[in-house]
Amino acid sequence: MSLLETCASLIYLISAVCYVIGVHMMRSPKTAKNGNLLSGLGMIMAVVMILIEIIADGKISFPGWIALAAGLILGIGYGVIKARKVPMTDVPQLVSLFNAVGGGAAATIGIFDYTRLAAGSGLALAFSIPVFLDVVIGGTTFSGSLIATGKLSGHVPGKPIIFPGSKLLNGLVVIAIIVAAVMMIGFPTNIWYIVLGLVASLIFGLLMTLPIGGADMPVVVSLLNAFTGLAVSFAGFVINNQILIIAGALVGAAGTILTLQMAEAMNRSVANIIAGGFGGGDEAS
Amino acid sequence: MNEELYANLAIFVLSLLVGFEVMSKIPATLQTPMMSGANAIHGVVVVGAFVIAAEADNMYFYILAFLAAFFAAVNVAGGYTVTDRMLGMFDRPTGGSKKDDKSGGEK
Repeated sequence: MSLLETCASLIYLISAVCYVIGVHMMRSPKTAKNGNLLSGLGMIMAVVMILIEIIADGKISFPGWIALAAGLILGIGYGVIKARKVPMTDVPQLVSLFNAVGGGAAATIGIFDYTRLAAGSGLALAFSIPVFLDVVIGGTTFSGSLIATGKLSGHVPGKPIIFPGSKLLNGLVVIAIIVAAVMMIGFPTNIWYIVLGLVASLIFGLLMTLPIGGADMPVVVSLLNAFTGLAVSFAGFVINNQILIIAGALVGAAGTILTLQMAEAMNRSVANIIAGGFGGGDEAS
Repeated sequence: MNEELYANLAIFVLSLLVGFEVMSKIPATLQTPMMSGANAIHGVVVVGAFVIAAEADNMYFYILAFLAAFFAAVNVAGGYTVTDRMLGMFDRPTGGSKKDDKSGGEK
């Protein structure tokens, strides 16, 4: 390990500690704001460290810099302006939108590495399994969260949307995801199977969220939030970066517990909400 | 199983356990800010966008790197800003006025 790698590992470890303590502090109203700032500090440390790493590494091309800088500047500008201007009552749909793009970013990273490496020889299972999970979970939360955003903001009708043949379509989509999984993991030289996996998971996200009523949306957003955490974690396996694995798994687990508590506070069960959506039996208040 | 994968898997499992443990009963008023705060933390995916931008070497990969950077930056910057704004509500005296509702996001 070079000096830079050692420093980077330690900085990532410290930022992971910041996230954990930050979440811990957010459990009480008195310390919540500082908890969020602490977790933000951890985030800034991680971003500065990766920036130093890629500069020191020197492999990044000029167009690579342009793509990265343009994406970051536009993204930060859009995110901050949206977050500052949104009326307090519209915050849940904004969180859902931010969650959607997080899942989209995780899926994009998986697609990038898969198409880059699949052209070569066969891939190790240690790579192909996480890349599949990353793309499929990321794709599902991307489209699912966008529908949730639409339902909360009224662009998509809040009442459960159920159409004839939706169960059949569900089945087909699940089969497509399984086929994509088998082909991506078993025959990782053909990049079209990742496209199949992505498209199927995007449709799956729609089918999962459309039949759920608007009143249950906050719980669904929280669940999709936990999913995005897992997608980010698997993206960490794909690019072999521990901070993504740690932070993603942390959000995946903490988000799951939070989802259960939110459902409990509304006198609903998560299983009921999701199964109610797929089964179509359950009316939303 | 190679060493790297084992180390990553161990980190993954232990982080899941930490995530389960750190989240105890959350008061209902804090549930939405907590969701938003967790949402901001998975914005760490922005680090991954840096990693792939450094590897990109043709137009297709530049576009993907741009997309990943844009998506992740919206997630992380927006996530922390909106969480901070929400939590700013708790600073004011309880039952207080909502007069400066719009400028709640200042740091």
